[in-house]
Amino acid sequence: MAEQQVHMRVWRGDANGGEFKDYRIAVGEGQVVLDVIHAIQAQQAGDLAVRWNCKAGKCGSCSAEVNGKPRLMCMTRMNTFEPGETITVSPMRTFPIIRDLVTDVSYNYQKAKEIPAFKPKAKESDGTRRMYQEDIDRVQEFHKCIECFLCQNVCHVIRDHEDNKPAFSGPRFFVRLASLEMHPLDTNDRMELIKQKAGLGYCNITKCCTEVCPENIHITDNAIIPLKERVVDRFYDPIAKLMGLFSSKNK
Amino acid sequence: MAQEKYETHEYDVVVIGAGGAGLRAAVEASAHGVKTALVCKSLLGKAHTVMAEGGIAAAMGNVYPEDNWKVHFRDTMRGGKLLNNWRMAQIHAQEAPDRVLELEEWGALFDRTKEGLILQRDFGGHRYARLAHVGDRTGLEMIRTLQQHAVHKGIDVYMECNLQRLLTDGGKVSGAFGYWRESGKFIMFKCKAVVLATGGGGKAWKVTSNSWEYTGDGVTMAADAGADLMDMEFMQFHPTGMVWPPSVRGILVTEGVRGDGGTLKNTKNERFMFNYIPDFFKAETAETIEEAERWYDDKRNNRRTPDLLPRDEVARAINSEVKAGRGTPHGGVFLDIASRRPADYIRKRLPSMYHQFKELADVDITKEAMEVGPTCHYSMGGVRVDADSTATTVPGLFAAGEVAAGLHGANRLGGNSLSDLLVFGRRAGLYAAQYAKSMSGSLSVNNDQVEEFAHTMLAPFESKGNENPYSIHSDLQECMQDLVGIIRVESELNQALEIIQKLKQRSHNLKVEGNRHYNPGWHLALDLHSLLTFAEAATLAAIIRKESRGGHTRDDFPNTDAKFAKVNIITRISNGEMTQSQEPLPEMPDELKALLEEKK
Ligand SMILES: Cc1cc2nc3c(=O)[nH]c(=O)nc-3n(C[C@H](O)[C@H](O)[C@H](O)COP(=O)(O)OP(=O)(O)OC[C@H]3O[C@@H](n4cnc5c(N)ncnc54)[C@H](O)[C@@H]3O)c2cc1C
Ligand code: SF4
Ligand code: SF4
Ligand code: FES
Repeated sequence: MAEQQVHMRVWRGDANGGEFKDYRIAVGEGQVVLDVIHAIQAQQAGDLAVRWNCKAGKCGSCSAEVNGKPRLMCMTRMNTFEPGETITVSPMRTFPIIRDLVTDVSYNYQKAKEIPAFKPKAKESDGTRRMYQEDIDRVQEFHKCIECFLCQNVCHVIRDHEDNKPAFSGPRFFVRLASLEMHPLDTNDRMELIKQKAGLGYCNITKCCTEVCPENIHITDNAIIPLKERVVDRFYDPIAKLMGLFSSKNK
Repeated sequence: MAQEKYETHEYDVVVIGAGGAGLRAAVEASAHGVKTALVCKSLLGKAHTVMAEGGIAAAMGNVYPEDNWKVHFRDTMRGGKLLNNWRMAQIHAQEAPDRVLELEEWGALFDRTKEGLILQRDFGGHRYARLAHVGDRTGLEMIRTLQQHAVHKGIDVYMECNLQRLLTDGGKVSGAFGYWRESGKFIMFKCKAVVLATGGGGKAWKVTSNSWEYTGDGVTMAADAGADLMDMEFMQFHPTGMVWPPSVRGILVTEGVRGDGGTLKNTKNERFMFNYIPDFFKAETAETIEEAERWYDDKRNNRRTPDLLPRDEVARAINSEVKAGRGTPHGGVFLDIASRRPADYIRKRLPSMYHQFKELADVDITKEAMEVGPTCHYSMGGVRVDADSTATTVPGLFAAGEVAAGLHGANRLGGNSLSDLLVFGRRAGLYAAQYAKSMSGSLSVNNDQVEEFAHTMLAPFESKGNENPYSIHSDLQECMQDLVGIIRVESELNQALEIIQKLKQRSHNLKVEGNRHYNPGWHLALDLHSLLTFAEAATLAAIIRKESRGGHTRDDFPNTDAKFAKVNIITRISNGEMTQSQEPLPEMPDELKALLEEKK
């Protein structure tokens, strides 16, 4: 394949505002959007701000919106676009802009802090911790999360309503909460938090988060819905409530 | 005064780097009650450690009860061609199992054996299936577990904060100086001890599995502060990186593919590794395909397949096959698991490899062979440390993880890095905390030193030059790739030195556009100092070691040389000059020597 010129429109600016800038640049075989952004950096705009690390979909650094779709730039092949198509790259919309394609994702790190830590039960009498593969499969699915925050970016609860942020953890952290709640060894009780502070109730299961997850985690079906069921069981089911008086946690 | 001029923070211990080593160090230091800061130049959770795939080596004996630290010690030493620091190799093998179990205590979920224990997989150079893993995303599990644990311990984290220089007072560490990537403003730490956990310098090469972070910052900061570097000639070229399409060249293909049954083949469909078994490994390597095939299920009565020889051997073999014209048109060889294992098994064991090839190369690894070739991967050399305490030769400065030298000798075995991070990360945190506690009186920072650093760092904005940092970086990568690569020769190494000197000159005339606000061009301009220092040290050491051993192969000296078997090459910087010397390896006690002789 001979080198091809593409037309890229990349958002440039900072918290005070900005605009799309046009770049025409050569694309090599097999390249992804991140390669092209790097080529623009090296040849035309040395100060173009972008985050990346692994270039292989493993670190979750290079999240952006490509033609309006939330994507990892390193996993978006240039040959998925029509020849001649103009490709627009803009920063994630839900987070405050730092510069160009880099956003302030500190909201996510704040939410992570608020989740009570893992607290394992005692070891078995022989000093081991036996767990069986069948019992951890579903939690391992949640542990695949690379913290790209694309699900956070797309969730309308915070995308369109900045003021919901303090009271809403977002899909990434519902995944995290589910992973702790379903961890075979954990003994911490986070149900009150899930109901109140994490704002699970705001989620109306639109599944937008699941659709953008580059790790294909079934965020809604496997994490959010089971958490919602647990909340219902605990807080609204009178029998469970009574049981709750005797056992602090029903896993 | 500098303290007022720049944002300043005071700590007992500052840990630079938040990969596995830095996180584990910070957790330990803070557990010992000292005020601890953790600093990293990407966001938290994005360090190299997150990319690690195959697993953590630890002789837990869950799959093969006959495995124990002695066998792990032996494998590590032999894999490193006996140039390893024996004491580090011993501590590492002894402590790794506890460190892995500790991760489980903090919430990690490793794949399980049928008995419900941590499952272990085969990897190159390890006698028994030894790598604790989670599919092929072990590093993600490890970094997330440590990160969450650290966050709940209330350690202060400074993200996207790039430290550039260490501050010293009377030869002792007294702080560190750098900048916030977001604002470009300077930041200063005053502290009693610093733990370096910044990783390696593989971004000085062109075909590399390493990210933008691997510019050799820790090695350079240490050397600039007067610390000894060691073994800088040993870079690991991982045998299996992607080769096609060009945009993904160098991205890693985990050794787990071979551990789980994949084999290397040339275009004649030969399993060529059988032709490359060195004498050193003859006794423990299968000579026939039949024996190799039996080995997967019965390790007691058969010897290991040569596909899983240590990485330096496999990388050289692939290189030779390609040179002999038996490589693919894209300059690689085939790595085939598709014809050997069921599709379901491959997807279950190697999900991220499946995804990576499918998305980036349009290859379905359950149906077709992968094309692979060597990629620059790991820095065995680095900062010289005391085996027990991780102390460097500068008081108050400690180093752990890939930035430190010694454990891996001339070649690292797969899986031995993640365990290294845990074992020596913990020790670095512990000994840095003890050191900080023992320090009475206050240290001061030298304002002239700080002003000079600040001035140098701003120079690219004010410069009248016109050098583009991206061009200098790519010229350096080209030079190291071509002249200080997998196979080296004196004339080319000398040529590389000349080029590096010229690049250094050019880097005095750097010009960056834009302002200090999140400016990658400026960041790269500042990283060039460490990239060039790393490259120069590696090249100089490669010239001195006139033999072939592990990750260092000299075409003009193709054999090992008994003289060089007994020395490390030490690099120092004094008055801006880099000098090197040969120093004897520490003497190994007889009872450990005996372990190396044993065949079992
Ligand atoms: C693709 C890939 C797969 C791998 N697979 C395996 C495997 O299966 N098993 C195994 O054992 N090993 C594996 N390795 C090797 C292993 O992952 C690394 O050697 C290891 O993670 C390094 O850890 P570290 O803690 O030393 O450094 P890193 O994890 O790289 O962390 C370095 C930290 O230092 C920070 N830093 C660097 N410079 C500065 C600065 N100037 N200022 C502030 N902060 C700074 C960075 O931001 C980062 O936080 C793999 C490596 C790669 C690239
Ligand atoms: S399913 Fe819930 S969490 Fe996910 S995007 Fe929709 S509202 Fe947000
Ligand atoms: S759950 Fe998926 S989309 Fe959300 S942060 Fe994790 S990997 Fe990204
Ligand atoms: S760079 Fe790591 S996910 Fe894209």
